[in-house]
Amino acid sequence: MVKKTITDFTIKSSTRLSETYALLKLTPADGSEVTPAMPGQFVQVAVPDAPHTFLRRPISVNFIDRSDNTLWLLVRNAGEGTSRLCSLKAGEHLNIILPLGNGFSIPEAEGDFRRLLLVGGGVGVAPLLFLGQALAESGREPEFLLGARSRADLLELDEFERFGKVHLSTDDGSAGVHGVVTQHPVMHDPGISRIYCCGPAPMMKAVAAIAREREVECEVSLENMMACGLGACLCCVENTVRGNVCVCTEGPVFNIKQLTWQ
Amino acid sequence: MAVDLTTRIGSLTLKNPVLTASGTFGYGEEFSDFIDLDRLGGFIIKGTTLHAREGNPYPRMAETPSGMLNAVGLQNKGIDYMIEHIYPRIKSAGSEIIVNVSGASPEDYAEVCRRIAERTDIKAVEINISCPNVKQGGMAFGTTTSGAAAVTRAVRAAFPGVVIVKLSPNVTDITEIARAAEAEGADAVSLINTLMGMAVDVERQRPCLSTVTGGLSGPAVRPVAVRMVWQTAKAVKIPVIGLGGIMDGRDALEFILAGASAVEIGTANFIDPQTTVKVIDYISDYCQRHGVDNVSDLVGVI
Repeated sequence: MVKKTITDFTIKSSTRLSETYALLKLTPADGSEVTPAMPGQFVQVAVPDAPHTFLRRPISVNFIDRSDNTLWLLVRNAGEGTSRLCSLKAGEHLNIILPLGNGFSIPEAEGDFRRLLLVGGGVGVAPLLFLGQALAESGREPEFLLGARSRADLLELDEFERFGKVHLSTDDGSAGVHGVVTQHPVMHDPGISRIYCCGPAPMMKAVAAIAREREVECEVSLENMMACGLGACLCCVENTVRGNVCVCTEGPVFNIKQLTWQ
Repeated sequence: MAVDLTTRIGSLTLKNPVLTASGTFGYGEEFSDFIDLDRLGGFIIKGTTLHAREGNPYPRMAETPSGMLNAVGLQNKGIDYMIEHIYPRIKSAGSEIIVNVSGASPEDYAEVCRRIAERTDIKAVEINISCPNVKQGGMAFGTTTSGAAAVTRAVRAAFPGVVIVKLSPNVTDITEIARAAEAEGADAVSLINTLMGMAVDVERQRPCLSTVTGGLSGPAVRPVAVRMVWQTAKAVKIPVIGLGGIMDGRDALEFILAGASAVEIGTANFIDPQTTVKVIDYISDYCQRHGVDNVSDLVGVI
């Protein structure tokens, strides 16, 4: 297992993707290499100058770009802490603990999993970019199904297109299928042999229900509220077939067979 | 000249006065990527009960101004699992392991301590009579002198090592609870456990925690904790271990100067996993800066 590090990062760029989302690209302040992480793992970010934000903020690894040694974090402005993160400028610093959690599983056997569907909603698309790259590099053909409220909330589409076919759905019909991800035909395509999903809990539960019914392997990434992110405080637990387990160490990625969502 | 940080708690000698608070440091190994565990005075491991406990339902945590509420509810796999599966992994640590013990009756506490004494080399237990998040036992024993006395008496008879009784701040006069524990043979008291609190999600018009109430920790509670340590240190002859919202070395010294022989770092571990070693270094530098040879000379100077 990769040793966890506490690293000071410098923000190389901060791009406002929409009213609610920003993409931060960060590089270690001391010039060292970004600590390796697996797709699905997350980091804990200390929020500077936010007096009401006491705890670190857990944020998925959106991407690690080895070509310019940057860690990408896709941040949704959801309160004081994340609002502060979204407003940071290039040159400012962030203290980050990484990598945390388990990550998605990459299928081993050749041919067993040909078409893989990566389903993301809202800021939940974040870890799927990094996962898509890993799957594409391992010879798989990932396809993305990205859902959002409207076209303006669809994030990083050009990035996703680098690694596979992109399917879209929007609540208002401004892009792709009009409706939610589970109404998209690709969700029901019998050629899909595995689903990875990250997004709001109701969306993940709906996707999991389809996967269960069709007996398709399915992994979901949970975002239970956390304090430590290290498995010490036992605050972020999810009830599983093995009882309450920490999402921060035994997740955030779970095979739906482990969960008690039925 | 090197500063002597050695700290005595009953028959236990710690290499320095910095411990970790139960429930904030797992079993130590969760932090081994960030710090050398050997540097700690000791670490107090997660609250352990006779039988496994699943704890309370999610959500168990709410962030609050300068702190957080938790309602974990003593999730743990029970003392036998700890002794058989966790203790072998951590027993070679170069600092003292102290087990935090909880129970629903004095007999429960005594039985857990008996098993620790018989099956491990652990020299100290911290008796949790102050957990606000369990229905039975826990804080119920820590809010009356008779309850504190009954648990301390039972544990004292079952455990030959050092017995530290962890006190609840959710009382009118913490000194009388401390005196009751001292009278029954406690070697030390530690305080404060979390302050009972509550937070409401106003948009959803529901409590933030599944249990409605929980325990408040973090710097929000520190002035209350320092005051209670100061009062208690004057009321008992046994050592007082101080905790409650210590975020750095300066905060730790507040407790030491107010009367704490040692300190526990709790919630700060969640924000900076290296807080403990930074506190140790700060105390050492502070002593040098103030011409103090031995940290124990600072205890209770106020």
